[in-house]
Amino acid sequence: MNAKHAFLAGLALSTFGGVAQAADEVNIYSYRQEFLIKPLLEAFTAETGIKANVIFSKSGLLERLEHEGANSPADVILTSDVGPLHDAVERELVAPIKSDIIDENVPSQYRSKDDLWVGLTARSRIIYASKDRVESGEIKTYEDLADPKWKDRVCTRSGKHSYNLSLIGSIIEHNGEEQAEQWLSAVKENLARQPQGNDRAQVKAVMEGECDVALGNTYYYGHMITNEEEPEQKDWARSVNIVFPNQEGRGAHMSISGAALAKHAPNKDAAIKLIEFLTSEQAQKMYAEVNFEFPVRPGIEWSPLLKEHMGEFKADDVNLGDVVKHRATASRLVDKVGFDN
Amino acid sequence: MSETAATTSLVNTRKPSRFMPGWYSVAWGSALLVMLPVLAVFWLALFPTENIWPHLVETILPVYIQTTLLLLAGVGSLSVIIGVGTAWLVTMCHFPGRRLFEWALLLPFAMPAYVIAYLYTDLLEYAGPLQSMLRDLFGWQTSRDYWFPDIRSLGGAIAMLTLVLYPYVYLLARASFLEQSMNIRDASRILGCSPLQSFYRISLPIARPAIAVGLALVSMETLNDFGTVDYFAVKSLSAGIYDAWLNMGNLGAAAQIASLMLVFVVLLISLERIARAQQRQFSGADRFRSLERYSLSPGRRLLATLACSLPVILGFLIPFLVLGSYAVRRLEQLTEPGFIANAVHSFALSAVAALLTVMIAIVLAYSKRLYPHRTSLTLAARLSSLGYALPGAVLAIGVIIPLATFDNSVDAFMQRHFGFGTGLLLSGTPFAIVFAYCVRFLAVSTGSVESSLSKITPNMDMASRSLGLNPLHTLRRVHLPLIRSGLLTAVLVVFVDAMKELPATLILRPFNYDTLATFVYQYASDEKIETSALAAMLIVLVGIVPVILLSRTITATRKG
Repeated sequence: MNAKHAFLAGLALSTFGGVAQAADEVNIYSYRQEFLIKPLLEAFTAETGIKANVIFSKSGLLERLEHEGANSPADVILTSDVGPLHDAVERELVAPIKSDIIDENVPSQYRSKDDLWVGLTARSRIIYASKDRVESGEIKTYEDLADPKWKDRVCTRSGKHSYNLSLIGSIIEHNGEEQAEQWLSAVKENLARQPQGNDRAQVKAVMEGECDVALGNTYYYGHMITNEEEPEQKDWARSVNIVFPNQEGRGAHMSISGAALAKHAPNKDAAIKLIEFLTSEQAQKMYAEVNFEFPVRPGIEWSPLLKEHMGEFKADDVNLGDVVKHRATASRLVDKVGFDN
Repeated sequence: MSETAATTSLVNTRKPSRFMPGWYSVAWGSALLVMLPVLAVFWLALFPTENIWPHLVETILPVYIQTTLLLLAGVGSLSVIIGVGTAWLVTMCHFPGRRLFEWALLLPFAMPAYVIAYLYTDLLEYAGPLQSMLRDLFGWQTSRDYWFPDIRSLGGAIAMLTLVLYPYVYLLARASFLEQSMNIRDASRILGCSPLQSFYRISLPIARPAIAVGLALVSMETLNDFGTVDYFAVKSLSAGIYDAWLNMGNLGAAAQIASLMLVFVVLLISLERIARAQQRQFSGADRFRSLERYSLSPGRRLLATLACSLPVILGFLIPFLVLGSYAVRRLEQLTEPGFIANAVHSFALSAVAALLTVMIAIVLAYSKRLYPHRTSLTLAARLSSLGYALPGAVLAIGVIIPLATFDNSVDAFMQRHFGFGTGLLLSGTPFAIVFAYCVRFLAVSTGSVESSLSKITPNMDMASRSLGLNPLHTLRRVHLPLIRSGLLTAVLVVFVDAMKELPATLILRPFNYDTLATFVYQYASDEKIETSALAAMLIVLVGIVPVILLSRTITATRKG
């Protein structure tokens, strides 16, 4: 669509009450909850004068983008993990993000190899261990979770959740599918209860004595330890130690929230500006403060809370594209060993 | 008010002069339109990225099927027991609070299933108030010291879904009991039946078609539910659909599972129809003889009051009070402009969808009456009701495909012939949401409209037609006034359902556009339902008004 057509289409659209497409707007299909990204978008608008329009849903937005085709109003896709980014690439819905600023801000392990998506924040999938019942150093790696000594002591959310699929994917990438299956099957044997709830619920289960170790993402700890609205969550957090796994080996498994550029983005310049902004120092700091996630950009000073509770750790530097490609296999393994049953 | 037999031909379509191509094509057109999303899902099922079935059959499919059947059986049987039992009590017996329960039993209908699931988890889980109290009381230390039912389980999901879905059965069963002839019941009593026997042998079989319709609605809602089963980690077929779609990146396979589910629904409904085919229904002509209710002994009166209050307390009162306690701390939200806009969106979308849906239902039901021998039309009407059994997100994809195809074709046509494009005309507008609601809730309104229409004697049609009115005028001047209460019921039920609808709204909405339900979900999905309690309460409050209207409409069908 050339510029004249774009203009006419925009004119027609606004006449028919469709989506207004002024030059100073950017349209976002977001897999992340709106209230999580709102402060960032407001800061973006304040800085650039570009208005950000959002639709949030946890499924279906890629399909919407796909069928809307060249007429789709979407410019940017924001996601809470790498899965939808991978799907968007597979279905050829995205265009390369060409920006030296972004290349400089984001290390390559958090970007797709051909610049088709970029990570904005990072979290680590760690082990929460009971302060009372697990000695420090007693559990050190993801592989340890398969040790029979943890029988009936492990809690986790559904194996089908994207965070767990990503972890399983990384184990497939590092150790191979066969090893991964054995590991998953052994961890299943150690489960204290059928996988359920979210990551927070696992920490709670540790406090309640239902299990001794649990898998969870880092930022939940931040949410719990600072929760003034539900102060009892502070007690849940205080009952566990944080263990960054595999520190003597490949490092702790990382996942990201990220962004991609829609192939037919009508406001491409604004879209790239937005993604650049989200990797800027200001936005990276805000992410850490709002949602306790790690900045992907090196050299950003962490929030005091992150520093206090998380400290330095070694992150797995495998490219996430190589992890997410195992997602379907990981999902099959979960079925195969009956992890969730 | 006369006997009706399903096969009576209302208009003899064999005479060519009576054939009305206008009506016929309008009926087919609307059926096709509503069918489009379901057809789109069938179409998607033709293009899986890979064949998922060997893997499924080998691993998880038996679990999905078993869980789904248990869920259906649990929710279905409990809904029938609660719905029919309470409907019979409030219609046929005297006991304290009867008039209150007539409408109060409908209240849980206004409560979205995902909200009730979140609230009960908060109440019943280990750290919740109930278990904490028990621990304090008995000095237990950890969860290993005692047994407590796990709310996040198949049983929990059955309980949650039953609590919000039994009103469908209650609604229809009550309407049916109210219509039943006192004479038949008296006859059964004279022949020596106890009140209970009379219920089992007379009232229940007569009400069976109504109960079956209610049960079908409950089953389809159970099948399409994802929010509750996902939150409770229950591995039902809809969990399998989402897994294939989102985790395996195989939308085609997801559509295959969904299509299979639809086939299952069709089978279930046909089986029930076949089982009932031998029955002939005679609805009594003494609607105007007032009901004589049984007087109960004091003990039984108490039991009746208890039986009716339990579903209301569990399905409405407790969750509503919990929501209220969260909401009072956040009353300032009421004045936020966004909040009011959300409420307006919810109300407008639901109202427009309710009216449109019922109009389509009228067209379909009336054309079935005009052409009873056109089985293809009946089939089309049936197929167009299937959208109800699809998980909302899958239905949304089914809506996106025809709308986007239409938009892009018009755009391409305009580009080619007039040199300018029209872009997306319908996709991403409120129209898309209203369309999805119509597709989804047509099943709910068709039942009500069809059954009201079938109660009008064909003599009316014949009289009107021989007096020179064409079918449209007959509909407007004879049928619609007669089925007014049935229409109102249909409008209200669709309205309340649409207020609660979530997954399709999320996917199809325009930019920066929230309804009360999407606003609630945004926070609830992050386990922060407290933040959106006020919006959740408003969904329920707005739902209560039609629920009370509904009850009055039904009560008004019979004095006594």
